[in-house]
Amino acid sequence: MSLTQEKETATPGAVRKTRVLTLMVVASNVIGNVMLSLGMHHVGRIVSASPGDYMRAFSDPWIVVGVCILVIWMASDLALLSAADLTFVLPVTASAYVLIALTGHFVLHDRISSTRWFGIMIITLGVILAEETPARTTKGPPEHLL
Amino acid sequence: MKWLLVGIIAVCNTIGDVLNTAGMKRQGEIEDLSPGTLVRMVGHIFRNPLVLGGLGALAVSFFALLSLLSIANVSFAVPATAISYLLETLLAKYVLKEDVRSRRWAAAILVAAGVALLEW
Repeated sequence: MSLTQEKETATPGAVRKTRVLTLMVVASNVIGNVMLSLGMHHVGRIVSASPGDYMRAFSDPWIVVGVCILVIWMASDLALLSAADLTFVLPVTASAYVLIALTGHFVLHDRISSTRWFGIMIITLGVILAEETPARTTKGPPEHLL
Repeated sequence: MKWLLVGIIAVCNTIGDVLNTAGMKRQGEIEDLSPGTLVRMVGHIFRNPLVLGGLGALAVSFFALLSLLSIANVSFAVPATAISYLLETLLAKYVLKEDVRSRRWAAAILVAAGVALLEW
């Protein structure tokens, strides 16, 4: 059975659930990471092996809200992984990289070269290709890992 | 230092994602998207050693990302974490036993190449 044929056997409810979860993962990833970036620019340089040194970052409200949104990202990502393959989730949610680069350019005024624009185009092609495959190809959990 | 942090993020992301996928498949597919179902799912995670291990690896990756964001722009830092794409696809095929055919390989290669160009 080809991948396209398998995709057609998914119920409309399952397809809708996968799409909504994918949107939640991408949106919370973009918003959370942009907020973290804004906050870390305010807090300044932190490079340390001790988690305690990072606590001062939590004095910045952008960091606090960014972390809360990334908790939502983590929960929706886990929910999506319960229903879909890792090799489906990874490329499809890669659209977040495109949105983060565009947000970095238009909101944080990061520079985007022509090479980066080309990269954004290639990632978008990869996302479209992955979206054409069935969300799940395994029947149950990987028994040998349990 | 910038590239050491990128390496830590890539390795921990790979381990974390593979463990989370295995753990969530064992826990079972969520039935709907109601708040109650999502809260119950989070509650079950605390009794799921595979996901707890995965979240531990992702926590290390997160602190490395915070360090990276303090010394690099977001449009460099976040795309750099995607170096693990090809490694994760390999592990998904051989460890998680997913059916990875040409279209998914092409998607993973395109995304990894695109991410490499983003870092140019």
